[in-house]
Amino acid sequence: MIIYPILLPLIFAIITVLFWENQQVKRALSIISTGLLMIVNINIFFLVYREGIQVVQVGDWPAPFGISLVVDLFSAIMLLTTSIIAFLLAIYSFSGIDLARRKFGYFPLFQFLLMGVNGALCTGDLFNLYVWFEVMLMSSFVLIALGGERTQIEGAIKYVILNLLASTLFLSAIGLTYNLAGTLNMADLALRLQVVQTSGQVTVIAVLFLVAFGIKSAIFPLFFWLPASYHTPPVTITALFSALLTKVGMYTLIRFFTLLFPFESEFTHTIILTSAGFTMLTGVLGAASQTDLRRLLSFHIISQIGYIFMGLGLFTEYAIAASIYFLVHIILAKTALFLSAGMVESIQGSFDLKKLGGLYKHRIGLSMLFLLPALSVAGLPPFSGFFAKLGLIIAGLESKQYFIIGLALFVSLMTLFSMTKVWNEAYWKPPKDSQYADQQKPVSAWRWVPSITIVLFSVLLGLLANPIFEVCQMAAAQLMDPTQYIRAVLGMVR
Amino acid sequence: MLYLMAITAGVLFAAGIFMILRRSMVKVLVGILLLGYAANLLLFNAAPLMRGVPPLIDPIYGVPAEYADPVPQALILTAIVISFSVTAFAVVLIRRAYAVTGTGDLDNMHCTDIPCESEEILSDLEDEII
Repeated sequence: MIIYPILLPLIFAIITVLFWENQQVKRALSIISTGLLMIVNINIFFLVYREGIQVVQVGDWPAPFGISLVVDLFSAIMLLTTSIIAFLLAIYSFSGIDLARRKFGYFPLFQFLLMGVNGALCTGDLFNLYVWFEVMLMSSFVLIALGGERTQIEGAIKYVILNLLASTLFLSAIGLTYNLAGTLNMADLALRLQVVQTSGQVTVIAVLFLVAFGIKSAIFPLFFWLPASYHTPPVTITALFSALLTKVGMYTLIRFFTLLFPFESEFTHTIILTSAGFTMLTGVLGAASQTDLRRLLSFHIISQIGYIFMGLGLFTEYAIAASIYFLVHIILAKTALFLSAGMVESIQGSFDLKKLGGLYKHRIGLSMLFLLPALSVAGLPPFSGFFAKLGLIIAGLESKQYFIIGLALFVSLMTLFSMTKVWNEAYWKPPKDSQYADQQKPVSAWRWVPSITIVLFSVLLGLLANPIFEVCQMAAAQLMDPTQYIRAVLGMVR
Repeated sequence: MLYLMAITAGVLFAAGIFMILRRSMVKVLVGILLLGYAANLLLFNAAPLMRGVPPLIDPIYGVPAEYADPVPQALILTAIVISFSVTAFAVVLIRRAYAVTGTGDLDNMHCTDIPCESEEILSDLEDEII
């Protein structure tokens, strides 16, 4: 069962390549593929929810020798969220991606990216994780450069170089880990690192992994590639990247620091908390100074990553649960914001806040598609952002980390300020004379349907906060008790 | 031998990091290449280096006292293939970037921060950099 999230995108990517010239077939295939993926992932989620951690030993090699695919509740939640996003973005891209890009392999790359993401979420092997990250990165390299505009190419260069550096660090860390423990299976590693953890080498490896994934998930002070590259491709691709790539980096960090390095808490978690604070603050301050809608939202990605990271830094079960809930919340809300930004651009032809204006006067529905997720990101009740931040703050109070709580609340206020700025400029400002003509411009149904659906999901996540948060707490309980994971993979505890 | 390998890997890392800090795109590419080699060499040393011992275990004689670990070699093989494809992409990207921007200097690539439509700002900045 849990091999399908990897196989499906692969098969459909290959079939899509065969229909290179036929746009209609490519469209249909991408809908079918992501739709099937969503159904499969819903099934996997309920399977894991009922029966616990699912394991597949690839090629039937016994656990520490072969490659294991492991899906626990945290992976299942992430798989489900990514496949919902993938389905909606596949629909959105019929209008959101221009014909030239669609002709030139956008859909196969989309599938390969999904394969990499799903692989990284499923795998239980360190080197296999590296391979999936490379699959994901290669597809994202081509997607970000696809179209070849000047800004895109320049952004791609920055993105490619920084990510290659991160991959090199990741690979070096894998080498050192193998040298230390003699295994690459994550469950086996968790056992062995307990034994050797007296030596300082484990800390060195932990910090190497922290830096490698820190670059990929854009934490302070390693985020500078993100605002320089994420706003350059079409907004659909930016939404895809912001929903999947940085969040997979975050997923891996949470996985590593709960499963492999839970004992080094004093040293690494101080680093994590400090970095989380700076990530939140610099992200939101960067956003405050922007007037380009896409760049502003890109800075908010960084700021919100800081919150997820803060949960990991607090390192209690409740904090991890809040982080997982936050992860789901931000994937939905952020994608909704990017999609609404894309719709704004399709009407008024710009992302510049100075050139936008007057959208609220004639397009109340469109304005709501921005307003609801924006309030959610800012953390106002009854939206999901409020509950996510509430969870983190309660966890912080329990651990008596008052400084980071204060910072989180302040950043929340700044986020609200930043969203208000966008609202005033793009929506509430009276329209200029030249913009009256724009008001009649229709927006494609391919854009309306996914945007509305994703906002609905985001609102539902807030309204159903209690049951969903309980699932997140179950996932966090699994993460904080690695013996379950180890027993599921190795079959016993040695 | 171990020390030689360790020092070589260290020198390669240092050289690679020095090169990716340069302004020229091609030099940055060389830096990425060197870093890839350094990481591969590090992987190669992940298991103890030894000569003349088998990597396979004979079922009749059981586990020998000394055996070579084949896993790092397998990992390097994968890593080499990946770094090969990544490098191929990076070369094409850099060639494309040179064609589009007309410069090989990373300091001139500021269109992602300052919109390039406003030619005046651009030429002012270029004057400053020169």
